[in-house]
Amino acid sequence: MSVRVEAPIVAGAEARTIAVWQGRVRVRVVSKGRGPALVFFHGPWGLTWDPFLDALAESFTVVAPEHPGTTPEAHDDIYHLDGLWDLVLCYDELLETLGIRNAAFVGHSFGGMIACEVAAAYPDRVRRLAMVAPLGFWRDPDHIVNWMMLEPGALRAHVFRDPDGEAARRMFPRSDAQDAEATSARVRLVWAMGTTGKFIWPIPDKGLKKRIHRVKAPALLVWGREDRLVPVAYADEFTRRLPGSRVQIVEAAGHVPHLEQTASVVRVLREFLT
Amino acid sequence: MKISAFHLMPYRELPADFEQRYESVWVTPPWWELADARRVGQYYNWTLDELQYAAKCGFDGVCTNEHHQNAYGFMPSPNLMGSVLARATNGTNVAIVQMGATLPTSNPPLRVAEEYAMLDCISGGRLVAGLPLGSPMDVNLCYGITPMEHRERYREAVELTLKAWQAREIFSWNGRYFQLATVNLWPRPIQEPHPPVWIPGSGSISTFDFAVEHDVCYCFLSYSGAKSAKTMMDGYWRVVTDKGRDRNPYRAGFLQLVVVAENDARAEEKYARHVEYFYHKCLHVPAMWFSPPGNQDYRSLVATLNNPVRRAENPKSLRYRDFVEKGFVIAGSPATVRDRLKEEVIKSLRVGNLMVLLQIGSMPHELALENIELFGREVLPDLRDVWEDEGWVNHWWPERLRQRTGALPAGIAAGGA
Repeated sequence: MSVRVEAPIVAGAEARTIAVWQGRVRVRVVSKGRGPALVFFHGPWGLTWDPFLDALAESFTVVAPEHPGTTPEAHDDIYHLDGLWDLVLCYDELLETLGIRNAAFVGHSFGGMIACEVAAAYPDRVRRLAMVAPLGFWRDPDHIVNWMMLEPGALRAHVFRDPDGEAARRMFPRSDAQDAEATSARVRLVWAMGTTGKFIWPIPDKGLKKRIHRVKAPALLVWGREDRLVPVAYADEFTRRLPGSRVQIVEAAGHVPHLEQTASVVRVLREFLT
Repeated sequence: MKISAFHLMPYRELPADFEQRYESVWVTPPWWELADARRVGQYYNWTLDELQYAAKCGFDGVCTNEHHQNAYGFMPSPNLMGSVLARATNGTNVAIVQMGATLPTSNPPLRVAEEYAMLDCISGGRLVAGLPLGSPMDVNLCYGITPMEHRERYREAVELTLKAWQAREIFSWNGRYFQLATVNLWPRPIQEPHPPVWIPGSGSISTFDFAVEHDVCYCFLSYSGAKSAKTMMDGYWRVVTDKGRDRNPYRAGFLQLVVVAENDARAEEKYARHVEYFYHKCLHVPAMWFSPPGNQDYRSLVATLNNPVRRAENPKSLRYRDFVEKGFVIAGSPATVRDRLKEEVIKSLRVGNLMVLLQIGSMPHELALENIELFGREVLPDLRDVWEDEGWVNHWWPERLRQRTGALPAGIAAGGA
């Protein structure tokens, strides 16, 4: 394991690249804020430092690792992980290196599923578990659209309630532009979907139902009422398996309620995590 | 020069407004609305008849290929078709060119090694073993293989297949994707050390490297004709040279759509709507489906997104004359077709193993037979000697067939179809 400190990618944040998995998987970890540790697991579209994470950093030390393969200059590291088991072990090594024994976990979408898997494998590492529109289950009547196969415009419209809003523009590059910046943003986006998709293709149910009972931490589900990607019905799959867990439905939000209704989601999380 | 007849086995009677009404010809076309099993049985038999007829008309080989869940070309098991053809062509010099069974979707991929060995045995050593990667629609969308593992699985499966054909001892295979404790293939192919291998591709740089490193024949399966393939094939020949291989034209295969008639005007009358059916309906697939995230490695992804010019023109905006003019289809009188094939395709791309698609889209059986017969009689004999003066050996053709041609065209007049 090795640690490299880098120039910050956002004001006031610190970025370190940590090598785990016998040095073969390099993960950049962005952290900011003060207070108890909060580990944030990003979704299938890569880590974007946004007002949501800034708001959490006012009360917590937010620690946001990049999913393996999405760290710049370490794209091919993803080929060293064969499946979910490898990925979960990597996160355990990463937290060990960071000296985080016990923390609040917040995960979005794919990241919500990974946070839950790590919490099931290492129940003592997690103090509180908050999942925003997590993946992890499959119900035939509630088909989860394969976002990886959507045209750019349709993808935005499936993820965001308002596909033309500022939050949508921050996460997804303009699909019409051909300049270098738009192209590299498109590369980052497609590669983030590919490297996360590796663990959930073609159906994002990889056996969490067999393991979720091991989670010890109190859990909160946050779901956008108008989620067009992972229907809100999936909240039941989590709550009926996690005794004492509760669901917070966010009005006027799609698959990214934390970016669409940031203030109210941050308020709910702060209350739950503190 | 070796010239083979290729067949996709398309659904020939899709509704006129198919591409407006349905999302895609691949993966999601609704069977119960569009198709009829008895009719499809007729198609399979026509397909076999057309390929057998090509064998009688002097073609050097007959080609089948694997695709799933579509109306574009649906031989989910090309080896079932190849088996019929191997049996039916026994006693001839026609190669059975399987283009072929898809390794990453066969588990274990030894199944392909076994079936190919069976085909080689049944045909008396006339098999060409195509080892395709498989399209993302087939492999990732229909068969559920993770896009990021698609190429890795393929590469491991190719190594396993080659070893399984040749190993003198029983061996164990402790791979990343496949684990087999006792590999001992029954049967083994007749051809030694193994049947010639062709690797079909669609222009990906990593496939060039793979084909040249393994010293196999790279086949560019394109529907956009030779003009747009030129840059790609020049790139392939650069890799061949860079890696120290000779410029043997038989290292390259190419697929070309061809329609022949008495003259150019008659070709348009007879074939225009079938060509348009093919490009407008049979290729009706959302662009995103060709490149699921993770299917291309990072290096190729960067290259593709930085060079959007490589994206093919939208064929739905083109009509028959455009397809002919651009060379997507080579069409016209025997003289026109001969000249264009020789100059645009064979010489320009340096192709020794040519495949021609002669049943196109909605083309009915009788018309397909006409096209095959005319090509075999008036075009094929003139192309056969193109590379003869350079003295190359086609190492990628069954050895016992290298010096021979297919059935004599005279046999057609005597025996008919």
